[in-house]
Amino acid sequence: MTMLHISNLTKRYGTPTALDAVNLAIAPGERVALLGHNGAGKSTLMKLVLGLLPPSAGDITVGGHEPGSRAARDLTAYLPENIAFHPSLTGREQIRHFLRLRGRPATEADALLAKVGLADAARRRIGTYSKGMRQRVGLAQALIGKPALMVLDEPTSGLDPVSRREFYTLLDDLAAHGTAILMSSHALSEVEVRTDRIAILSKGRKVADGSLSALRAAAALPLTVQLHPRQGCASQVTAAFPEAKPAGDVLTFTCAQADKLDILARITAARSAIQDFDFLPPSLDDIYVQISRSAA
Amino acid sequence: MLFRIISTFHIEFAIALRNRWLSIAVAMMVLFSLVLSVAGSAPSGALGADRLSVTVASLTSLSVYLVPLMALIISFDAIAGEIERGTLPLYLAYPVSRGELLVGKLTAQLVLVIIAVCLGYGAAAAVAFWFGGSDAIGGLPALLRLIWTSVLLGAVFLSLGQMISGLSRRPSAAAGLAIGLWLVAVVLYDLGLLAAIVADDGGVFTTRVFPWLLVANPADALRIYNLAASDAVGAASGLAGAAQSIALWKPLVSLFVWMVLAAGLARLTFGRVKP
Repeated sequence: MTMLHISNLTKRYGTPTALDAVNLAIAPGERVALLGHNGAGKSTLMKLVLGLLPPSAGDITVGGHEPGSRAARDLTAYLPENIAFHPSLTGREQIRHFLRLRGRPATEADALLAKVGLADAARRRIGTYSKGMRQRVGLAQALIGKPALMVLDEPTSGLDPVSRREFYTLLDDLAAHGTAILMSSHALSEVEVRTDRIAILSKGRKVADGSLSALRAAAALPLTVQLHPRQGCASQVTAAFPEAKPAGDVLTFTCAQADKLDILARITAARSAIQDFDFLPPSLDDIYVQISRSAA
Repeated sequence: MLFRIISTFHIEFAIALRNRWLSIAVAMMVLFSLVLSVAGSAPSGALGADRLSVTVASLTSLSVYLVPLMALIISFDAIAGEIERGTLPLYLAYPVSRGELLVGKLTAQLVLVIIAVCLGYGAAAAVAFWFGGSDAIGGLPALLRLIWTSVLLGAVFLSLGQMISGLSRRPSAAAGLAIGLWLVAVVLYDLGLLAAIVADDGGVFTTRVFPWLLVANPADALRIYNLAASDAVGAASGLAGAAQSIALWKPLVSLFVWMVLAAGLARLTFGRVKP
């Protein structure tokens, strides 16, 4: 069973195609990160899922319902990008309003605000909040009534690393209770490893969809090897590793994933001249850039 | 449905209170009403009208100018503000319809207008009773008529302000358009009619077209209805002749039609706003 089903989704604004035949399915309890540059089509895809925009072609269903229908809206929570609530209202008033719009008791507001760490600021006006605090108000409203599908547009922007970790803990909890989560980001390093799947959009087309390890394999980027020679043994190490280039006290070179063990054997053979070594895997951003680029 | 409208009403009213829209509107209405009721009392003896009727004649002009301005100032931010803050797509993702949002906002804004008009004109009535004694009772029906027609006019311009808000998408552009609409509908329209009458010199335009054009403008409709509905008020304004040449029901129908039409236009515009 899938909570969100997208098939052949296309959206054109006049001539430029914002989304081109995108397929995506998210099961209950699954966390999917949607990655792409600014303008890759992430926000457009989300607005189509919410029924805020009509698709040019293709199908979307939310829990079997048409997007934007009352049934779909009842199932879905949304956090727009760069949300700023009315500065005159307190966090508490704003969340109480959102609760009432969902037909839930307004008394749940304090518990929701406490959940996102805003218990102390609940009675202060949103105008006095920092960007991170406003983002938390947005998160609090998205948590109302344990939604079946959460659509989060750049949810961690404006959050410090500690808050971001707390945010992912909240998501883990929701996913464990069966909420399907679609969240966007412009950097792979932002979504970390706490998503089940990563879909990458580039110029409106889906160019990758899989777990982080699958993406790592698909990118097939080389590892960086760093060798630290012992005092006065630099020339010995250079002779054993002619491909290595000196960078300060360190010698570096790259190797394919498959050659890792062979390199390790050569390092072991030259152990008398080597004090230490490091294998550096490609960074998450390297992988993301490589996949986006190879698809373009 | 009602629950969501009430919640929207509640939140919009809270925002209006915090933004001091209510205090500004009330202060404006009370101040101008008091000035007009004190200053406009001199001719009452000469015209044989009670003091309150004379005041109502002055307040009618106040309604024509100030109520549309107040309504537009209160409503221009309604949709453009939500777009700017990024809350519009969020609200539209909630199980709440655009119509419900609009009705919630309109009712909250209308309550502001009602409070401002009642307090302003109430203050003017108090002055009339204070100086004129129980004679002023004769003017009470005219005052009540002015209050409820002013509220109708306020509703018309609140909806027009919401329409502008949806058309312009940015609060600053909406504010500019609102002022423009006020100038055209309330000031330039009458000046244009005046110029046309002078140029026409009693011809077909003045006798046939002019009365309809006067009734077609909601602000003028309010003026004509209030001046024509009460002899004393008409006499005090010196415009009784002009006003009474138009059947009483025409300006009243115009006000109601405008209220429905403006609300429909606001809803139509909001429906076309892509979040």
